[in-house]
Amino acid sequence: MCRLSAITSSTYFSPMENILALETMKEGHDGSGLGLVMKDLGGPFEDLKSYPILSGTCSNKGLDMLDDYMQQAGFRIKYNWEPKIKRTAGMEIEPRDHYFARAYQYPSPYEPKAQVEWERLLLETRMDLRRMGEKDNSLFVFSFYPDCLTLKEVGDPLQLSEFFGLDDLSLQAKVILAQGRQNTNYAIYLYACHPFFIQGYCTMTNGENTAFVPIREYLTSREFSGYTGYNSDSEVFAHILHFAHRQLKYPLTYYKDIITPLKDEEILDRPDGKALSLLKKSLRPLCIDGPNMVIGFVPDGTIFMLQDSKKLRPGVVGGAAGKYALMSEMCGLDRAVPQRDRPADIFPSKYDMVMVTPNAQEVHVWNQLHG
Amino acid sequence: MEPASRLDHNGQLTLQEFPYIIQWREDRCTRCGRCTAVCPQQAIEPAVFAQRLVHSDSVTPMPSTVRKVSHGIRQVNDIDRYCTGCGMCSLVCPNMAIAPHYNPHHKFLFHKNLGGTPYKRGGRRNDPSPSTLDKLKFTRISMLTDPALDAGRHEFYIRTLLGRIPSPDKLPLKATGKRLIVKDGHFVPPVREIFPIRIGSMSIGALSPHMWEGLAMGITYLNEVEGIPVVMCSGEGGMPLRLLRSRFLKYFIPQIASGYFGWDEIIHALPDMVEDPCAIEIKYGQGAKPGDGGLLMSYKVLKLIAGIRGVPMHIDLASPPTHQTKYSIEEAVAKMIQSMSMAWGFRVPVYPKISGTKTAQAVLNNLARNPYAAALCIDGEDGGTGAAYNVSMDKMGHPIASNIRDCYLDLVKQGKQNELPLIAAGGMGKAGNLAANAAAMIMLGASAVDIGKYIMQTAAGCLGDEYNRCNLCNTGKCPRGITTQNPRLYRRLDPDKVAERVVEVFKSAEIELKKIFAPMGRSTQLPIGMSDGLSVGDKAMAERLKIDYAC
Repeated sequence: MCRLSAITSSTYFSPMENILALETMKEGHDGSGLGLVMKDLGGPFEDLKSYPILSGTCSNKGLDMLDDYMQQAGFRIKYNWEPKIKRTAGMEIEPRDHYFARAYQYPSPYEPKAQVEWERLLLETRMDLRRMGEKDNSLFVFSFYPDCLTLKEVGDPLQLSEFFGLDDLSLQAKVILAQGRQNTNYAIYLYACHPFFIQGYCTMTNGENTAFVPIREYLTSREFSGYTGYNSDSEVFAHILHFAHRQLKYPLTYYKDIITPLKDEEILDRPDGKALSLLKKSLRPLCIDGPNMVIGFVPDGTIFMLQDSKKLRPGVVGGAAGKYALMSEMCGLDRAVPQRDRPADIFPSKYDMVMVTPNAQEVHVWNQLHG
Repeated sequence: MEPASRLDHNGQLTLQEFPYIIQWREDRCTRCGRCTAVCPQQAIEPAVFAQRLVHSDSVTPMPSTVRKVSHGIRQVNDIDRYCTGCGMCSLVCPNMAIAPHYNPHHKFLFHKNLGGTPYKRGGRRNDPSPSTLDKLKFTRISMLTDPALDAGRHEFYIRTLLGRIPSPDKLPLKATGKRLIVKDGHFVPPVREIFPIRIGSMSIGALSPHMWEGLAMGITYLNEVEGIPVVMCSGEGGMPLRLLRSRFLKYFIPQIASGYFGWDEIIHALPDMVEDPCAIEIKYGQGAKPGDGGLLMSYKVLKLIAGIRGVPMHIDLASPPTHQTKYSIEEAVAKMIQSMSMAWGFRVPVYPKISGTKTAQAVLNNLARNPYAAALCIDGEDGGTGAAYNVSMDKMGHPIASNIRDCYLDLVKQGKQNELPLIAAGGMGKAGNLAANAAAMIMLGASAVDIGKYIMQTAAGCLGDEYNRCNLCNTGKCPRGITTQNPRLYRRLDPDKVAERVVEVFKSAEIELKKIFAPMGRSTQLPIGMSDGLSVGDKAMAERLKIDYAC
């Protein structure tokens, strides 16, 4: 079972906080990989908010391929961040040639265009790069979006933090999702590593999605080029979120209504029951049929946690205005926000969607039964 | 030397040519005559045997012969009175003195065409080999990474949707604040939530009144008392007026087929209906006899049947192979769907049923573009019938598994896999594994399955099998009283007992479905299209169905 550590704060903080939380939650866990998605970036990216950041890793050959492609597409590098790789004795990490997070300037025709236009450009670019690199694993790209940065690698999360030099605390953000990978179901492959990101939406998941294949088939038949990959059954959670909130323009809470629908008799009591009943039938293939716990964020910076009705995967949310943590284990929360009102900790029920507003101002528990 | 005349039997068949040979034990027989009375074929008859017995009464051997006349049972060698192996003789025999035995060397089909009339029968395809569905295994077992569910304690949703389901972008929804509301003035197609195993179309007429009544009572009890929403299709031939006017109509799917039998009565009952029917099925084809029409023989058209169907008594009722008033797929499908929908004010799902065919996808694509088409039911080659030519049953039609799979994957390509439910019929539970077959079909992409023969066998003890046993449905001589209009035969069947068995069958199928879905970690939704749950030990089959090969 993966360990999940999400922190949202009104001030910039280092991903080391997430990783140390993962470390405390590590007992009984093989720690076979780390995935990090950071949003609302500080440090060297604080003044680059409007520039799309391409995150990934590649070989020397892959780098040439990347540079050629981006140059031809008209992207110009504004800022290039590469971690200062540290290798110490006992570290079981196979380093790749390059890890990068590059802020680009848009090709000139795109700069004044509408958000939907540049979002499409960034997505298509990432998909092209992914396809090119997948042939020989020379290039992996995880996200290409303004103010978001992704790091993924195979190995122990704490060792990886040292390997990437995150412990110098220069890289910072206000929202960070981190996953300590438990390799059980799939070969260790970077594209199978959570969190998954698409156009400002991001999720990471605990558990196994038994309804994976019908959901994958439904998403891939939506004629949206970003709905691809699926090296992990958890990638569909991010794409369903994107589909519901961005494509269908449903309010965020309907994400829960889609993936963990109420029973018909429960729907009758909801003020929006009539709409919900239609929606449940229409989006029937997207019911996850877990057991799963999902943590994610949406473009405005709201971060959330929810579970399916089987609730066989734990989750806890705690903190105070200005800093909240959403963790898969209690000890992770204790590590991330030790000073808090513990009785106010939230253990979401199967009907709950816990949402922390942007800048970690407030936490809301939305109850699905009442809508 | 025997006279030549005694050897000249070449114009007759030996019993070895017959599919079933009667084994009669003289030592057990009490000559009660029950077997000969019950035999629907008159395949056995009382016979007189002249015996020559050798015996000796002396202390030393003093053999002498005695000629004795005895009485017993003889199987006739008339091809029209062949033993069907139904076994009713064994059932009524008080002493276990008689039983038919299958003869694998028979040459029945070589001879069953006297008078230039091909062999006609009821039943199913005479192919006892395991069906594709029986070869499929459920191999994705949740255990540690995804804890299995407890079939006994966990809540399961074993329901499916029948009706056209709009894609989310076509739903009349708008967001106001943080809520979605339904916009007024938009048509939303009717959708029913039903149990994923239905009783398929079998008409009153094809079935005896007791059988049909038993099924109807059974599903009504399941809905009203057990809370399992099983529905049943009427078959072509209408429904009793009392039922049409009752609140139980919602559990039934009236079928309209090419003969339109019973529809005058149904339409006239419209103003008196207090409930809408579950759906309307338009029959274009039947898996057991694709491209063939139907025929209800005159001797089945008695007062009750004639009244329900709106026809005179004692006439043959032929349903043509196609709907005669239609000439193209647009006419045949679109206008029929439209007409039927209009009759109930677009409150009832209307869908066609076709026989399994390579051209099913053409029909499917036509339906996919028709926003009023509520589903597509495909009846595979293993479907049953009350009457058909043997050649149609045995050699015509398409297996259901790949037909449904192709259609489902076609819908996936179009992104419409949730919009048009596929219903699979023909061969469900062929070997008795109803829940497993239904679950496999669902994981291949079906939303529901239909049963016919299975419920006849389980609820009424139908004797038919894939070795051509019984299969007398077309003759009106059904020895169980299931497919006959002869009161002396159908009074053998107690409708209450049939209803009880229907309830037991569906309750047990629901438990078995849970026992399949629970270890696979599925409980919240029916696992339609969950093909990763299936494997098969045949590479060609795995490739064709796009599922895993496991051995």
